[in-house]
Amino acid sequence: MNDDKPVDVVAGAEAFLRQDDVHEPMHDRFLWAVMQRRDAEAAALPEWEQLRELASQIKEHTLTHLDRYLTEFEANAKRRGVKVHWARDAAEHNEIVYGILHARGVTELIKSKSMLQEECAMPAYLAARGIRVTESDLGERIQQLDHQPPSHIVFPAIHKTRHDVAQLFARTVGTDPNQDDPHVLTEAMRNNARPRFLAAGAGMTGANFAVAETGTFVVCTNEGNADIGAAVPPLHIASIGIEKLVPRVEDLGVFLRLLARNGTGHPLTQYSSHFSGPRRGGELHIVLVDNGRSRRLGMPDFWHSLKCIRCGACMNTCPVYRRSGGLAYGATYSGPIGVILDPTFDEHKYSELPFHSTLCGSCSAVCPVKIDISDQILKWRRVMANKGYLPLAKRVSFAVAGHVFAHPGEYHALQKAAAPALNHSPDFLLYNKTLNPWGRDRDLPQLAKQTFREWYLVNRKSDGSKHPES
Amino acid sequence: MEANTLSRESILTAIRENLPQPRVSRPEIPVFPRAERPLRALFEERLAQAGAVAHAVASSADAAAKLATLHPSAKIICSAVPELPGTRRSEDVHDPHAMADVDVGVVRAQFGVAESGAVWVTQEDLVVTALGVLSQHLVVLLDPGEIVSDMHEAYRRVRLQDTAYGCFWAGPSATADIEATLVRGAQGARSLNVFFLPRT
Repeated sequence: MNDDKPVDVVAGAEAFLRQDDVHEPMHDRFLWAVMQRRDAEAAALPEWEQLRELASQIKEHTLTHLDRYLTEFEANAKRRGVKVHWARDAAEHNEIVYGILHARGVTELIKSKSMLQEECAMPAYLAARGIRVTESDLGERIQQLDHQPPSHIVFPAIHKTRHDVAQLFARTVGTDPNQDDPHVLTEAMRNNARPRFLAAGAGMTGANFAVAETGTFVVCTNEGNADIGAAVPPLHIASIGIEKLVPRVEDLGVFLRLLARNGTGHPLTQYSSHFSGPRRGGELHIVLVDNGRSRRLGMPDFWHSLKCIRCGACMNTCPVYRRSGGLAYGATYSGPIGVILDPTFDEHKYSELPFHSTLCGSCSAVCPVKIDISDQILKWRRVMANKGYLPLAKRVSFAVAGHVFAHPGEYHALQKAAAPALNHSPDFLLYNKTLNPWGRDRDLPQLAKQTFREWYLVNRKSDGSKHPES
Repeated sequence: MEANTLSRESILTAIRENLPQPRVSRPEIPVFPRAERPLRALFEERLAQAGAVAHAVASSADAAAKLATLHPSAKIICSAVPELPGTRRSEDVHDPHAMADVDVGVVRAQFGVAESGAVWVTQEDLVVTALGVLSQHLVVLLDPGEIVSDMHEAYRRVRLQDTAYGCFWAGPSATADIEATLVRGAQGARSLNVFFLPRT
């Protein structure tokens, strides 16, 4: 257990919500628009629900035979001339990558988006050892220049406005601070990145899928940046989480039909790239990474989270994520999937995340591989409660509530006393920011003069029907 | 190396100890009913949505004329197809960095996918894979008879065991990373035009 304080997700969300009247509504609107595109694509495929079920079963089959498929993948990749490495944890992953780069004298690295490399904190590790690391995905580059982690697994800089990006680029790459047209800003970064692609001694990618049957891994991007990193420098290193395996090439048909439709509302990403061995004249290394995954596999309530294909739909649909922004979660993975993944890395640090949810269930409903996300959030709350990690305010109020609900007499007395008090409480008490954070953006309803129980006793008791007496 | 063998064994052992029970069997992927529409029309519609354009060309000469119309100021046209000579041949390039100055790259795709407007291109088609990603613009030749319905059919056609690199391109490079605004030409090709030209 480390000494880090738990991430204060409420404070993080508040910082995002309170900064102005622009960021939060924009964030909410953009992600909701993605969801509407997603829904239209899903509705247009008659076999959509069947594909989700197949994807879920293929992943469950793979995960319950994972040792077999990993060794099959390894053997086939090796046969194709790939060097395969195994990393137990983030530290070992980073050491392996550095070892490969160092042995070849590489000092310039161009990488595409990889949540696993984020999880391993690899860019900072390599930078500290004298390697210049450039993110080539536009959103990741924006976040790198701003010294922030990605706030979304598909749209890393979705919490920023075009104005924010224009200011950032003006500060860091010397563009005009008043020019905030996304086309111009994208062009500026294209021209800035090109020389870095050409100078890089190595390109790094992650992987969306790894196929045991052929030793192939698949990378899906819209920018084509992973392909440039793989095609131009002489060395390509891919970091692959051991849960990315699928058994057969035909399985990819199911997953590629789901991934982009569910994640961004398009039938396919612009580039779906399949790497099966080093390119002509190149060298290819794969690092298979565990970093807590084999342990998670043994957690009966939580192993299904390993089915995740990182489409981001649970974040886009989540009413809490859309309003609090991804940085509030203070973790590599944010949104509903982050709430159930992050505590497997550090229960103490991420102990408050499971409470950052309304349990509305929308995440489970849109998950392309049918992970029971909202059920797992509830189960994580139990874990946190049993370990005494409940936030103080909840611990006290749950204890009082538990006592009161167990003693109906006290409940009725309190109800009678509280209603008039609430209706006559001055606003400064009800909407006090510290005592009642819910009151900050909401008006409380007026309470009825009569409780349901009082109404019931008057109106139903007279007709002689039986009713349970407390 | 020895340390890595230990890591491998330790990961596989941990997995075997933690494999969830009961084991889940592998589902059969059924053949789904296809759209009634002609595949070429659907392909062209999806291609347009992906930001690319399809053109019918009658001959190699017609294709060369169409390319000149689309890219009048192109200086370096690097071709990997016999139908269009270009100003540079992909097979003459030995260092991928030499593709950095290419204005238009020309390649033949093996087939198209109607449901997404994607085309399948491999290392063997590109000769030098950098041609596909460093060229400012792409022209893709496609036999109009070589269009499959969906990704299930597509994966029955690809032969991953025979190529080190294969990619479905669905239109040109794109991003929506700034305010979710769609911009074409992020890092890869700025435009992609498909020429329907049967394989000779």
